[in-house]
Amino acid sequence: MQKKKKCIAMLLAGGQGSRLGVLTKSIAKPAVHFGGKYRIIDFTLSNCVNSGIDTVGVLTQYKPMELNEYIGNGQPWGLDRNRGGVHILQPFTKIKSKEWYKGTANAIYQNMQFIDRYNPKHVLVLSGDHIYKMDYSKMLEEHENKNADCTIAVIDVPLSEASRFGIMNATDDGRIYEFEEKPKEPKSTKASMGVYIFRYDVLKKYLTQDNADENSDNDFGKNIIPKMLADGLNMLAYSFKGYWKDVGTIESLWEANMDLLSGDSALSLDDNESRVYARNYDCPPTYFYDGSKICASMITKGCEIYGTVENSVISSECIILDGAVVKNSILFPGTVVEKGAEVNYAILGENSKVGAGAHVGEPFGAEKKGKITVLGSGYVLDCGEVAKAGEMLGAR
Amino acid sequence: MKMMGIIFSNIYDEHLGEITKERTLASLPFGGRYRLVDFVLSNMVNSGITNVGVITKSNYQSLMDHLGNGQEWDLDRKIDGLFILPPFGTGQKSVYKDKIEALWGAKRYLERSDEDYVVMSDSNIICSVDYSEILSYHIKNDADITIVTHKEQIENKTDVKGVVVKSDTSGRVIDVMVNFNQPGISLCGLGMYILKRERLIEILDEATSYNQIDFERDIIQGKYKQMKIMNYEHMGVALRIDSVQRYFEANMALLDKKTRDEIFYENGYVYTKIRDEVPTNYGSECKIKNSLIADGCTICGTVENCILFRGVTVSEGAKVKNSILMQDTIIGKNVKMEYIIADKEVKISDDRLLMGAPKHQMIISKGKIV
Repeated sequence: MQKKKKCIAMLLAGGQGSRLGVLTKSIAKPAVHFGGKYRIIDFTLSNCVNSGIDTVGVLTQYKPMELNEYIGNGQPWGLDRNRGGVHILQPFTKIKSKEWYKGTANAIYQNMQFIDRYNPKHVLVLSGDHIYKMDYSKMLEEHENKNADCTIAVIDVPLSEASRFGIMNATDDGRIYEFEEKPKEPKSTKASMGVYIFRYDVLKKYLTQDNADENSDNDFGKNIIPKMLADGLNMLAYSFKGYWKDVGTIESLWEANMDLLSGDSALSLDDNESRVYARNYDCPPTYFYDGSKICASMITKGCEIYGTVENSVISSECIILDGAVVKNSILFPGTVVEKGAEVNYAILGENSKVGAGAHVGEPFGAEKKGKITVLGSGYVLDCGEVAKAGEMLGAR
Repeated sequence: MKMMGIIFSNIYDEHLGEITKERTLASLPFGGRYRLVDFVLSNMVNSGITNVGVITKSNYQSLMDHLGNGQEWDLDRKIDGLFILPPFGTGQKSVYKDKIEALWGAKRYLERSDEDYVVMSDSNIICSVDYSEILSYHIKNDADITIVTHKEQIENKTDVKGVVVKSDTSGRVIDVMVNFNQPGISLCGLGMYILKRERLIEILDEATSYNQIDFERDIIQGKYKQMKIMNYEHMGVALRIDSVQRYFEANMALLDKKTRDEIFYENGYVYTKIRDEVPTNYGSECKIKNSLIADGCTICGTVENCILFRGVTVSEGAKVKNSILMQDTIIGKNVKMEYIIADKEVKISDDRLLMGAPKHQMIISKGKIV
């Protein structure tokens, strides 16, 4: 008989991420590139592995091809296991129904058969669109020690921003007594990080009930958590301290990338105990020509740099030609910036191209942070053309 | 027609002194993120070979650690894949002396494989070749053995090449010199041979019965009159690493775009062990010219004409020129250095001044603190 797992993870990766516009035109949000050599989902997957969780179900739905291919057999994260490992869980047709995942809770409900196979004591529910490094094993320990039915990870956010999040109101010893989704007048600053640990028997009961309720939106935040609170279950808030960022918008995606350059960021990628793993690109080291000027930037392997790069994050196999200037920008893999082109405050999608002498984004020289300009993957901005600040241009 | 590969990992170890003291030549770091064996192994994989034996002799822990189960080369296979062949000795004969003895030790492996042809290669040449093209040439010419050569300039009498051949207009080898040292341009063997697997086993059986151990001297030189040995000239770049000076020059050759494009892109990528490094961080005061820099570095100083491996730190005010810094080297503040080969995990303290010479690089051995 297969040994019972203590805890397995279910990673919700089906979101479209419509606020990222052209960047998620053909891929799911968790597959969006981040920090030069990563994709957003790498952080959650690596967290699982670094927390000793070796069984992860990844629930995909929106444009899953690239994400599925990226995850593959899970080898880059050490999740190519015989017992456990990573599994892609996509919606499937059943005898009586053909349906997509209706909500976050419904997605887990439809895959209870998968969870049952491992028969875990606890289930960790995660979303694949946040950038953070967290040891879930500590949270699990507290969840078990306090005999909780459900533990929700929370992070302190500034009061002024609290109304953008789901806010948990809890007593001093961590017991949650109230949950408010995006409250106008927040009573506390503990925002839910979208990281939940449930006792599986409890979760199973509530998911089944929820599925039977036709008026439900089948959503964790809207339905399951409020219902559990109303029933007086033992629900705990687990305070997380450290870097955590929702990268659901162009602004926040840009900011999170720039946080990597500030040096004093709490998000340290370069630490051996909790490394962030990613699928590897087989390209040679980056080459710098005589005329290149580099300042306060992060550059991945496989690039050829002739021009100027300042305060930017450059992914692998980008080419920046003579006289081109890239400032305050993020270049996804395979981007080409041709001679004399200028890029400022921009995100350039995979394999996009900025023609010679073209200009993308804010003019140089402005001191304050400008609006972010985005080129979709494969977009070609012709020689001499201008992409205005804040513009979003999709593939032709 | 299917081919299998045999790689010799230890031949020429002794020529490189200090830097091959604790490793095989095959596991010598090269080009910022590679080991020498990556090039020959990737060539084989990119030529469609899925069964590769690596023959080892001594100090092969670092090589085994690097190759692992062959996953990075797509050689972690249920059927075939990567085989590491340690020295196989019985009785008094413990470690082989030369290629024939080494292959004799791997005879069972050769017999059990089912490919028609074998590519044998040393690991001291950096080049991009497609073995399937050489195989077509071999079959078209109905050769017994095909030797891969490259035109090289022999500069002076101390510049010795292992095998030098002369061929007629059809490409057939008509003369073979071993340890050749006459200045001029010659066709020098790249240590790569293609022949039928069954033919190789026959050659091994016969050579062993005559106590012949040297493949180059006893077979290529000794038998070129009886056998049809064909010369396949490799027209592209081939960087031969047979001395510290050549090792340095071969690394620096990668600073040329044409060489880089040919080696790294023309015949498929070069694969290597993954270290899960973060992208390299460049400080606000850094200056970089004509250099190749791998992932995981932190660069705050000046770097000119250098090859930097993964995880190297160059601190503020440091000036590094014409040097090779292997994995995890740390260069302190205001250090000035030129013509240095720093082995893995070397640490140079603040304000040091280190100078090698253009024709004589200074080697700092593994883990040393200066």
